[in-house]
Amino acid sequence: MKEMLVILLSAMLVDNFVLSKFMGICAFLGVSKKLDSAVGMGAAVTFVMVCAAIVTYPIYTLILVPMGLTYLKTVAFILIIALFVQIVEMFLKKAVPPLYKALGVFLPLITTNCAVLGATILNIDNEYNLGQSIVNSLGAGLGFTLALIIFSGVRQRVNAANTPEMFKGVPATLIAASIVSVSFMGFSGMFS
Amino acid sequence: MVTTYILPALVFAAIGLIAGVLLTVCSKVFEVKTDERIEAVNEALPQVNCGSCGFSGCSDYANAIVKNGVPTNLCRPGGKDASEKISAIMGMESMETTAQIAVVRCNGSCENTSNKFKFDGISSCKAAKRFYGGSAACSHGCLGYGDCMTVCSNDAITIENGVARIDRSKCLGCGLCAKACPNQLIVVHDVTNRVDVCCSSTEIGKAVRAVCKTGCIGCKKCERTCEFGAITVENNLAHIDYSKCTSCGKCAENCPVHAIQMCTGTPTAVNLDKAAVAK
Repeated sequence: MKEMLVILLSAMLVDNFVLSKFMGICAFLGVSKKLDSAVGMGAAVTFVMVCAAIVTYPIYTLILVPMGLTYLKTVAFILIIALFVQIVEMFLKKAVPPLYKALGVFLPLITTNCAVLGATILNIDNEYNLGQSIVNSLGAGLGFTLALIIFSGVRQRVNAANTPEMFKGVPATLIAASIVSVSFMGFSGMFS
Repeated sequence: MVTTYILPALVFAAIGLIAGVLLTVCSKVFEVKTDERIEAVNEALPQVNCGSCGFSGCSDYANAIVKNGVPTNLCRPGGKDASEKISAIMGMESMETTAQIAVVRCNGSCENTSNKFKFDGISSCKAAKRFYGGSAACSHGCLGYGDCMTVCSNDAITIENGVARIDRSKCLGCGLCAKACPNQLIVVHDVTNRVDVCCSSTEIGKAVRAVCKTGCIGCKKCERTCEFGAITVENNLAHIDYSKCTSCGKCAENCPVHAIQMCTGTPTAVNLDKAAVAK
């Protein structure tokens, strides 16, 4: 139990996928403009990460390893992730159309979001079992959501501020992102 | 040979097949039925998403037209074009449309009025208005921070010399600027109405005169000049009744402070079209 908690919290805070590992920056910058779309995107990514972990683990251990096809894991994982992204997309289109519109192109882009693929591959590389994989992916997804939510707040402040002309827009956003990222370094070494 | 090439291909074909079947099932479960006409109507709309039709955006309006039978002539930016296209899609007769245009009812440029103080806060009319009613000497006048310019869907507004100017060739009449102005200076009316009272101050004449060279002082000269009884002065401010106004321009000639003005600049091809449509 304690071990699971450590995996969860370290995936969420210490090794935050966005702010410490710099994965999934595209969606991070693209969807953090508004709080509600940030929450929606975070939930979608978390769902895809957890589902991908549940499915990729058996596929890897039961199919790819016995057949000696581990070098194909990236391709296989992308296939699985794409499948879940499609399902999430259909579900949102049916159930929450406004969110579906707000996420726009970033929803299909989860397919090639390196944070999702990174989570599944890290599960394998760290030799986690199924339970640990799920917890790790859940932590990664929650960490992604947390980063998005924090940053959407920061971004609202940055947009309201009277920044110099040359920093307006993307430059100010990137600088703000780097400062938020530095603040997450405070978690490093928490569980070592 | 078999393990190197065929086995991976088979494995991936199997995974792909399962995924495909799963997706097919899901697409049936999560199917969203859409009326084809909604998409067609939506494409006929200009996608300005201004909300002047009273709906939250173009797609929402398209939805309402098809599902609730809302009139097809509510889109101001789209005008006659859009109305005709939509009516054709819906199989209805085309409805009458009148081209609209926005007018700034303030003429307080830097020469005509002054500032009470220097405002250093966030560069927005709303923020300036909250700070002691804004830095402009006249509390009814254009604040000049360009909230209207920011929301304009067609870049038709510029701030020139401290007051908002509307480019009549670009204005679509959507009315987003009218909603954005904290002083409610911008009104949207028919393109054919060429005379406007370019002042919104309801202060008495002396107070207006003190802060602005061209503000309406409520002298009622226009009221007496107008042959059609189209102008009335209420609350120290002239109002034009456009149902009676013939755009003859006599009031504008006779206004001692030039608060009433004929629309300046020759209408461009776009607006002549719009005016022709309106007639």
